[in-house]
Amino acid sequence: MGVINFEELFESKLAKNDIIEPKDWMPDNYRKHLIRQISQHAHSEIVGMLPEGNWITRAPSLRAKLVLLAKVQDEGGHGLYLYTAAESLGTSRDEMLDALLTGKAKYSSIFNYPTLTWADVGAVGWLVDGAAIMNQVMLQRTSYGPYARAMVRICKEESFHQRQGYELMTHLAFGTPAQKEMAQDALNRWWYPTLMMFGPPDVESPNSENAIKWRIKRETNDELRQRFVNQSMPQIEYLGLTVPDKNLKWNETKKGYDFSEPDWTEFKAVIKGNGPCNKERLASRNKSHNEGAWVREAATAYAKKQNENYEAA
Amino acid sequence: MTSQEALFNYNLRLGDTSLILAQRLSEWTGHGPFLEEDLALTNIALDIFGRGKALLEYAAKTEGKGRTEDDLAFFRNDREYFNALITEQPNGDYAKTIVRQALIDCFDLAFYSELSKSKDETLAGIAAKSIKEITYHKRHSFSWVNRFGNGTEESFNRLQNGLNEIWPYAGELFEMNEVDALLIKEGIAVDLSMLKANWEKEISQLLAKANLVAPEGTYVQTGSRKGLHGEHLSYILAEMQSLPRMHPTAKW
Repeated sequence: MGVINFEELFESKLAKNDIIEPKDWMPDNYRKHLIRQISQHAHSEIVGMLPEGNWITRAPSLRAKLVLLAKVQDEGGHGLYLYTAAESLGTSRDEMLDALLTGKAKYSSIFNYPTLTWADVGAVGWLVDGAAIMNQVMLQRTSYGPYARAMVRICKEESFHQRQGYELMTHLAFGTPAQKEMAQDALNRWWYPTLMMFGPPDVESPNSENAIKWRIKRETNDELRQRFVNQSMPQIEYLGLTVPDKNLKWNETKKGYDFSEPDWTEFKAVIKGNGPCNKERLASRNKSHNEGAWVREAATAYAKKQNENYEAA
Repeated sequence: MTSQEALFNYNLRLGDTSLILAQRLSEWTGHGPFLEEDLALTNIALDIFGRGKALLEYAAKTEGKGRTEDDLAFFRNDREYFNALITEQPNGDYAKTIVRQALIDCFDLAFYSELSKSKDETLAGIAAKSIKEITYHKRHSFSWVNRFGNGTEESFNRLQNGLNEIWPYAGELFEMNEVDALLIKEGIAVDLSMLKANWEKEISQLLAKANLVAPEGTYVQTGSRKGLHGEHLSYILAEMQSLPRMHPTAKW
């Protein structure tokens, strides 16, 4: 019997498609990559509550209000499982929140765009959640157990949200002329930011060799983007809406659509903090966190007193 | 007043009270003091919206003029709303929201438990479904009142201030008029005077546990039974109704 080589054991597990669990040995860079990715994902869920939450008090029917409120609550729930999954890798919620609130951590750039009309609630559910699912579906089989399990539940709920978003768009697209105009305007504004969600073109994408080796990623940005456009076009046509892209057309040879690239300069600007709502989103998260400080302190102080009383008894 | 008119008004009172309270609570969604509490309060708002929707559906049915629950929610003015004044008060800080909720939960649990025995099957059904939900809401709000009262000096002060602000609106919950008189006779409505002593007892125990003092000699604010509200309600409605009113023929 020789000394166990942990690295070899880890590699062999990956090779066999085995799941890595929190107590298993794992290389530092695997751990770091996952902490970064899972916490960013959690932050995206939490910040993502804001643009849709913007319409809760103005939802135009009681049913729509219930659906939207439940949806925003689901996003918060996703944030919670993901923070917990990240904590199993040895970080803490406070550390992650601090990174978000100080602007050190990233979250999905799409949430730095404003929701200007009720149709935006539909467009976000349908397109943004649709794009997120395309990115996330492969994560259900990712190598890290707690992340994979969280993603199974999240993907289920996201597909439900996507259908609800599309349903909302259907009401508008087949509604009054003003409603249809609202739907078209939302699609015009969300189309390119949604395409950006798949990340920069493959030629410019930093090498994601590790992510693929670790079964964190299985398809490239461009492949996923193409698949998203192919999937969305029939849905858009059914609604009688159009995409804001004159170059978009079916290409029989590749059995897919040709389409224009989003404006990558805008993409970089938004990532750097210059999107329409970056500052507001961060300010909003900070405000809630700061205003909630005394609540958290009270809960801690109360729990401490209870423990003291219990020990004294 | 016919019994049908009385029942319509009673349903509006209950439906509006739920709707406006949930509307206020949902203002916290995405802005709670920490994630778990954000989710908990949103869950409570969802339960109360659901109840409000069911009650307004029933109100529309009892009215019998072809209006829907959405017509009632989005196309009535503040003078036609009958929500209890306590529900339209601004959220304030988390302590005020919690203490408002505790006063209402304590009332609601007793009220809906009684209403579940109503001779009106629809109201009894809605009430029966609500009991479990309100039991949880009350446990939540009561435990936070206790935590704030026995937490830090700041949490205690905030809680006492919140209570001082909200207290004058609690008494109205027990107010009855000719609608109640008529429906109590028919075994439909709850006799609110029967609930008051126990509510006072439970609340005074809660306040004592949290070291709070109920403001003394406070005048009870009333008016909602007649559709008379404070200045806040028309702003709540302006926000809530803006879209349907802008597109009155649209379906959503």
